[in-house]
Amino acid sequence: MHMADALISPVVGGAMWAVTAGVAAYSVKKIGNDLDEQKIPLMGVAGAFVFAAQMINFAIPATGSSGHIGGGLLLAILLGPYAGFLAMASILTIQALFFADGGLLALGCNIFNLGFYPCFVAYPLVYRLITRRGYSQRRIFTGAMLAALIGLQFGSLSVVLETFFSGKSELPFGTFVMLMQPIHLAIGVVEGLVTAAVVGFVWQARPEIIKRTTSGETLGSISIKKVLAALAIAAMMTGGIFSWFASAHPDGLEWSMYNASGKEELAAPGGIYHTLAALQERLAFFPDYSLKNQQETNTFAVGTNESWPTVNAGTSLAGLVGGVMTLMLAVITGCCIYMFKRRHKTSGV
Amino acid sequence: MSNMTTSLYNIRLLDELAEKKTIIHNIHPLIKVLTTVLYLIIIVSFNKYELSELLPLIFYPIIVIALADLPLMILLKRMLIAFPLLIGIGLFNPLFDRSTMVELPWMQLSGGWVSFLSILLKGVLTILAALVLIATTGITRIAAVLGMLRVPRIFILQLLLTYRYISVLVEEVGRTVRAYALRSRREKGISFSDWGPLIGHLLLRTIERAQRVYHSMCCRGFTGAYHTGSVSRVRTGDVFYFAGWGIYFMVVRFINIPATLGSLITGVVR
Repeated sequence: MHMADALISPVVGGAMWAVTAGVAAYSVKKIGNDLDEQKIPLMGVAGAFVFAAQMINFAIPATGSSGHIGGGLLLAILLGPYAGFLAMASILTIQALFFADGGLLALGCNIFNLGFYPCFVAYPLVYRLITRRGYSQRRIFTGAMLAALIGLQFGSLSVVLETFFSGKSELPFGTFVMLMQPIHLAIGVVEGLVTAAVVGFVWQARPEIIKRTTSGETLGSISIKKVLAALAIAAMMTGGIFSWFASAHPDGLEWSMYNASGKEELAAPGGIYHTLAALQERLAFFPDYSLKNQQETNTFAVGTNESWPTVNAGTSLAGLVGGVMTLMLAVITGCCIYMFKRRHKTSGV
Repeated sequence: MSNMTTSLYNIRLLDELAEKKTIIHNIHPLIKVLTTVLYLIIIVSFNKYELSELLPLIFYPIIVIALADLPLMILLKRMLIAFPLLIGIGLFNPLFDRSTMVELPWMQLSGGWVSFLSILLKGVLTILAALVLIATTGITRIAAVLGMLRVPRIFILQLLLTYRYISVLVEEVGRTVRAYALRSRREKGISFSDWGPLIGHLLLRTIERAQRVYHSMCCRGFTGAYHTGSVSRVRTGDVFYFAGWGIYFMVVRFINIPATLGSLITGVVR
């Protein structure tokens, strides 16, 4: 479920970085007030534990296959939502840096998808709700299972939305949803079973660990109103801003302009306008959407074909030759640096 | 078990590489982080049909890898791990986008194949950039940069502690899983009845370890901050490094170098 940089656009990556940074800053503020120093090593070591636990293969009964856990929900249950979110963020940062697992620009997306939903949606709204009247094996099982399923469904839907709004993949939204959601339902079952088994065991062996962290005494309780507000902001960012960028149809202003003047845009003078327009086109951080939507024709007409870059055999050949030349030059440059350094070292000795 | 060994090997290798003393390693970590971020933004700002335009950006990882004495093959191997996801999602492009985009005398290429190749190339460049950054900077100096960028102390501490204890816990989990595998029937992982007790015991040991860690930290005068060491100030050379790459990335973004080069060559040949 880790998104790669190659699949996102700068706007989606940047917006998700901003949302994630906001949630992280809020978490830091919340735990900074009531976190005792003793919890700091626990957060670090628990993060490392989940990292290691992610590598364990769990045999799935009656299927012959195996699965592994994400650990976001387990961290939220052990550390509370705020510390759990920060622990998940640090795991994902290390994975992005050291293991090429998810990109650096996509890190905001990944922390949100794998950290926000289990810690700030599934944990308070599902797990805590079910276990608030006291703990029992049945409640822990039901709470962990439902929370894992819901958290992962939200996370995978988020992946689909972020990929869709980035516009790098041609996968239609519906097909992508139909591919992702059922797979993550199965993954959620494994996540829920493992989390329930571990939490159930720890509750039997050391009940105070589970009670202390979920009671919210040391790490702060979470306000449902604030969760809903954060979700509303995220939804507005994805649904509102992204779709405005991504829309193949004109926005409200263009629509009203079309109705008023019969033209989508008012005629602009040449000169500096064209230069700036060309520059803006180049700099557009949503190039994929601009490419297909740059239509000289009226976009209001139903069934209008999207524009397509000109196919030209000469340009294609020049591009291929130039590309091969660029690659060769890059390799030669690298080899020259290696040879120069080796000669320099030998002469130094 | 093999993925645990690979992870440990990978972490130690990148730690060792980060301790080298080359011209790239000596560049200020903040400058390296900023250059990487700019590079990544430039890469993803290209649209999905711009393939040849992206190629000149490969100079950055190649030159940095060569100057920093990094093992190219190992980095490429690491990079391949991320490829199944890119191929899995990108391969739908040729299926859904079949209109001809590139026409060569001997073949035609659809828009879907162009965008698929563009995703793969972007994947290569972005993954290499992240690996090159960590292999020439190291986690401690990255943490120092986060401190300079006013990232809250508690997150930096959390990041460094997690990183420090990954090796310890991966080893412990690895030993436990190996011991389990030696005593169990041939199963594909931990069997269902043992999920709770096995992972639960590991978790309880982890929590006790955290308490011991805290006590030992207190014995060494822990005051709530993880010292990342002093980082030298940004020098003129560092600024030139950033400016040089910045200008190059901008030139690549605005001028299609391969197309210009190709037109020149094909024009001369004709």
